[in-house]
Amino acid sequence: MTALALEHCDLLIVGAGPAGMAAAVAAAPSGASIAVIEDNPAPGGQIWRDGPGAALPPAARKWRDALERHANIRVCSGTRVVAAPLRNELLLEDAERGWRMQWTKLILCTGARELLLPFPGWTLPGVTGAGGLQALIKAGLPVEGERIVIAGSGPLLLAAAATARAAGAKVVRVAEQASFAAVAGFAASLLRWPRKAAQAVVLADPQYRTSSRVVSAMGATQVESARLLQGDREVAIACDRVACGFGLTPNTQLGRMLGCALTPADAGAQALAVDALQTTSLPGIYAAGECTGFGGSERALAQGTIAGHAAVGNERSAKPHEAERTRWNAFAAQLHRSFALSPDIRRLPRPDTLVCRCEDVPFSALADCSGWTDAKLHRRCGMGACQGRVCGDAAQFLFGWTPPAPRPPLSPARIATLAGLAVPDDDVDRQ
Amino acid sequence: MSTPVLLLHIDGQPVRVKTGSSVAAALRVAGGMGVARSSVTGQPRAPFCGMGVCQECRVLIDGRQRLACQAVCAEGMRVETSE
Ligand SMILES: Cc1cc2nc3c(=O)[nH]c(=O)nc-3n(C[C@H](O)[C@H](O)[C@H](O)COP(=O)(O)OP(=O)(O)OC[C@H]3O[C@@H](n4cnc5c(N)ncnc54)[C@H](O)[C@@H]3O)c2cc1C
Ligand code: FES
Repeated sequence: MTALALEHCDLLIVGAGPAGMAAAVAAAPSGASIAVIEDNPAPGGQIWRDGPGAALPPAARKWRDALERHANIRVCSGTRVVAAPLRNELLLEDAERGWRMQWTKLILCTGARELLLPFPGWTLPGVTGAGGLQALIKAGLPVEGERIVIAGSGPLLLAAAATARAAGAKVVRVAEQASFAAVAGFAASLLRWPRKAAQAVVLADPQYRTSSRVVSAMGATQVESARLLQGDREVAIACDRVACGFGLTPNTQLGRMLGCALTPADAGAQALAVDALQTTSLPGIYAAGECTGFGGSERALAQGTIAGHAAVGNERSAKPHEAERTRWNAFAAQLHRSFALSPDIRRLPRPDTLVCRCEDVPFSALADCSGWTDAKLHRRCGMGACQGRVCGDAAQFLFGWTPPAPRPPLSPARIATLAGLAVPDDDVDRQ
Repeated sequence: MSTPVLLLHIDGQPVRVKTGSSVAAALRVAGGMGVARSSVTGQPRAPFCGMGVCQECRVLIDGRQRLACQAVCAEGMRVETSE
């Protein structure tokens, strides 16, 4: 057994989405040694994914080039956080090796994930998240000629529809659970954010229906059709794929494992709490972007810039970006108001609908549980490979249960990585 | 101009995909809706979240368990769908 390599940096940034990229670029002129780790194969985050099915917009290129221009920024792609063995140290793993990284300052830019809620048929091959479908297409998933139903809530449904259509799919329905009045109000409010309004016009979709939600996906071994409730009318639509996303939920796992304080966010979820300089409740640890509450890439860029400057002690340079952040915080608030989930969405699952996809635990097995811990211990809900990332968010929304802080390993890790931790530093190469 | 393609094997079957494709995309190219694994009660499951969260897409890649949605295809790669 070999001891794990130990590396150091002044500033460690977790996540290379808009927030993480902006933080690194803002901090770079200080000359600090900066490491950015990212579990995807390339930087860009959820919005700027690269791949054979994606065309990177100029803004994404600009940020990527900026990362490359600074010799003191090192980007480690395909790398995830496994544990925090000591204060100021994270245990990391990529496809090849595990190693320890010591930091002086840490910025969490871990983004958000899609809120995926259980409904009958949601485990059938051909059902994906809405943003999930977009991500899969960008990474080369062929959908040409497929008939796709997209359902759930929020502007991401339209973005996913546009991506699917550009890839040659036939989007047969986009079902938004919010009412026409709520969506129209949101569209009108976009005048305050002209760039967003221009995007919305581009995304306008003839198959868009408001006050509509998924009832079920059906098929023998894969999706063959979907049932939707449109107002009070149920319709069946033949399709090959169903993509459902109910908005985003902040990805706070790492922050919670480290002990950062939380603050209530949207739809009963929680976000990492930060102050004006993006500092969390723990000294030396900052957070920026959608792990502090979701609200779009512009907000993430402003927050990341502030965090990057603040983390290298350049608070004066952070100040001018506060107005930009305030502007996009207002956009986020409008987004949350307009697309608030209706209580009816809690009625999506039937008794036999699986809630935990890893351990195949049905809704009926959870209904009489007293809370998350009870569900976990007695029904194995959340005990599988995703470690409650999908069913934990769902249970939080459906039952109001808050999962406890995650314990290491944060993501499934190789035994060698974990075992390497047990070997003391000076005991290298012992056979 | 044709897009560069590469060849990998999924459960022993040769599959050609565009360079830069994820293994999740390759599973779909190989057939069906891209089934990656069987659930604990034996149901077929395919990539779902597309972003490394749900773990439904886990497969063996050259003998190592990895997430198909976050793994990029490489020439000669051997992928096995999992139980
Ligand atoms: C699936 C999906 C699709 C989206 N598509 C769009 C879109 O088309 N248009 C739009 O305007 N907005 C989109 N959004 C919203 C988008 O998330 C934000 O606007 C923006 O990307 C937020 O930036 P961020 O830097 O805060 O987070 P993200 O962009 O989410 O970046 C966070 C990064 O951190 C990485 N990460 C997280 N945890 C770890 C860890 N422990 N170890 C290593 N790396 C980690 C993630 O892989 C990710 O790349 C999408 C969101 C999702 C979830
Ligand atoms: S599809 Fe969810 S982890 Fe890969």
